[in-house]
Amino acid sequence: MPFYVSPEQSMRDKADYARKGIARGRSCVALKYAGGILMVAPNPSRALHKISEIYDRIAFAAVGRYNEYENLRKAGVTYADITGYQYDRVDVTARGIANWYAQALGTIFTESNKPFEVEIVVAEIGRQSSDDQIYRITFDGSVSDEPGFVAFGGQADQVSTVLKERYRDGLSLAEAFGAALAALAAPSNGEQRPDVVAAQLEVAVLDRARDHRTFRRIRAARLEELIGEVRAADQKAAEAAKAAEEAEAAEAAAQAPAEPEPADSGPSVGPDAAGTDRGSGLDDGGDTPSSPL
Amino acid sequence: MGSYFDGSQSDPFRPFGGEDGGSGRMRGAGVPGSGPAAGFMDRQGSSFADFLASYSPDLLPGRMAPSSGVPAGDAGGQVLRDLPHATTIVAATCEHGVVLAGDRRATSGSMIAKRDVDKVFRSDEYSAIGYSGTGSMGMDVIRAFQVELEHYEKMEGRSLSLEGKANRLAWMVRGNLAAAMQGFIVVPLFVGYDEDVDRGRIFSYDPLGGPYEEHRFYSIGSGSVFARGSLKKLFSDDMPARDAVLACVQALYDAADDDSATGGPDLTRRIFPVIATVTADGYRRLSEAESEDYAEQVVQGRMSAPDGPQAPLRNAG
Repeated sequence: MPFYVSPEQSMRDKADYARKGIARGRSCVALKYAGGILMVAPNPSRALHKISEIYDRIAFAAVGRYNEYENLRKAGVTYADITGYQYDRVDVTARGIANWYAQALGTIFTESNKPFEVEIVVAEIGRQSSDDQIYRITFDGSVSDEPGFVAFGGQADQVSTVLKERYRDGLSLAEAFGAALAALAAPSNGEQRPDVVAAQLEVAVLDRARDHRTFRRIRAARLEELIGEVRAADQKAAEAAKAAEEAEAAEAAAQAPAEPEPADSGPSVGPDAAGTDRGSGLDDGGDTPSSPL
Repeated sequence: MGSYFDGSQSDPFRPFGGEDGGSGRMRGAGVPGSGPAAGFMDRQGSSFADFLASYSPDLLPGRMAPSSGVPAGDAGGQVLRDLPHATTIVAATCEHGVVLAGDRRATSGSMIAKRDVDKVFRSDEYSAIGYSGTGSMGMDVIRAFQVELEHYEKMEGRSLSLEGKANRLAWMVRGNLAAAMQGFIVVPLFVGYDEDVDRGRIFSYDPLGGPYEEHRFYSIGSGSVFARGSLKKLFSDDMPARDAVLACVQALYDAADDDSATGGPDLTRRIFPVIATVTADGYRRLSEAESEDYAEQVVQGRMSAPDGPQAPLRNAG
């Protein structure tokens, strides 16, 4: 005996189901830096990637259920390779791929009983930084064009709050990586996350300086080096902050009227970063209206 | 869904399945209907060519069936003669790598169709491919082969082995058989760096496929006989890359000297052979200036000795 379920109810149930599945995992971030786009995901597996190459200047990052996004990744590679083969390599665009994902995910969401529990980011680097694009596609097929950075999956809200504070235009690779690490270590539900270690991270960039295929994984030694740079910068910033504090205290003690020296808090941190922020455009979990491309 | 693995391939000699002509075009490209975006989802296997054969066989090279509108008899022969043909390619192994070089001429019968044609290409990071034969057909095969290698790499997260690549190319050359029977022959020469043994390797093909592994050096195309004779005298094992390049340019000069379809260095128009090296550092195409430099050396040498360097008459020792 079939029961009647209203379409509203069924859609809501599906959306809740998908959202819950996605929130269970860890977050992943993608952000622009001066030389391209950086993607970082906590991922202990060396074989099952969350971040992959799609085409010459296009990369893919996903969170959620592995078999589902892997299927989508392969479809994206197929779409890109067919398009590039039929026309020309420059005719493959992130916009086209994002549209295709939107169609596919939208259809799956409405037509099948079980929606895909995935969230996808498609990023493309242009000739210059201002041409870079980051698209985020959610389980129901909505697409948003992200300005400069995006955090998705897991507790994306907390992660993107930190990312928003630290993001600005023209970050260096190490600075961008520092911002990504800080964001991924953001406390979720009041609980501080343990420090990230190289073995637990999947890191890749689209590097504007490379020709032809710009996607490159950052692994092992290079990754350790990058983490070292970030730690050094953090330490420097912390010392600077401490020194500033001490100076202030000393100043207060001495009742000196002179202006304190502005502390050098390192280029990647500090509240002034918020001033250059380009705005959020962050999605609070599917409630934002979709912006079709 | 029509998976490629359902045994629908009827003729083993035509793996590109051009039989049904345009009927399979864009099958499953639309989103709704047979499941969401069925065309690209739930792929079996990682081969681009296999996928294309089921998705849109028209797009594959060598799809021309014997009956599909190629004029028969004399007219057909004329069409064939008038198509641009690419000529000589030489390859030589060197220390930890391999060199591939090609002349720049394409001919239509006794006419020069093009002076600056490019017949040597990067196939992926650690291999290179050159071709001789019908120009348009060769370009098709090479483009499909390049996508095939890259596609596999992206799908699987690892590159094919060098043998794997060579075998795959054999299969793609065979896909061209129907066209080859009508005279639209294309024969590639494939070289690559084999990481496992730290040396360059050369694979040759015939119109039905292959591959045949060649040792030390090889050449294909109309001037290949002369080029190989030249390389035989100039080549030595484990030459440094720059010597192997020079030997290849000498060989191309000798081919151009005796074969009308092979072009020599064109000093007036500044057109020089295309030279690529594949080593542990990957594929590298020599810049115009570099290949000009090698060509100048060879031409200067020939000013005083038109037949090129002399090999010793008696074996040493």
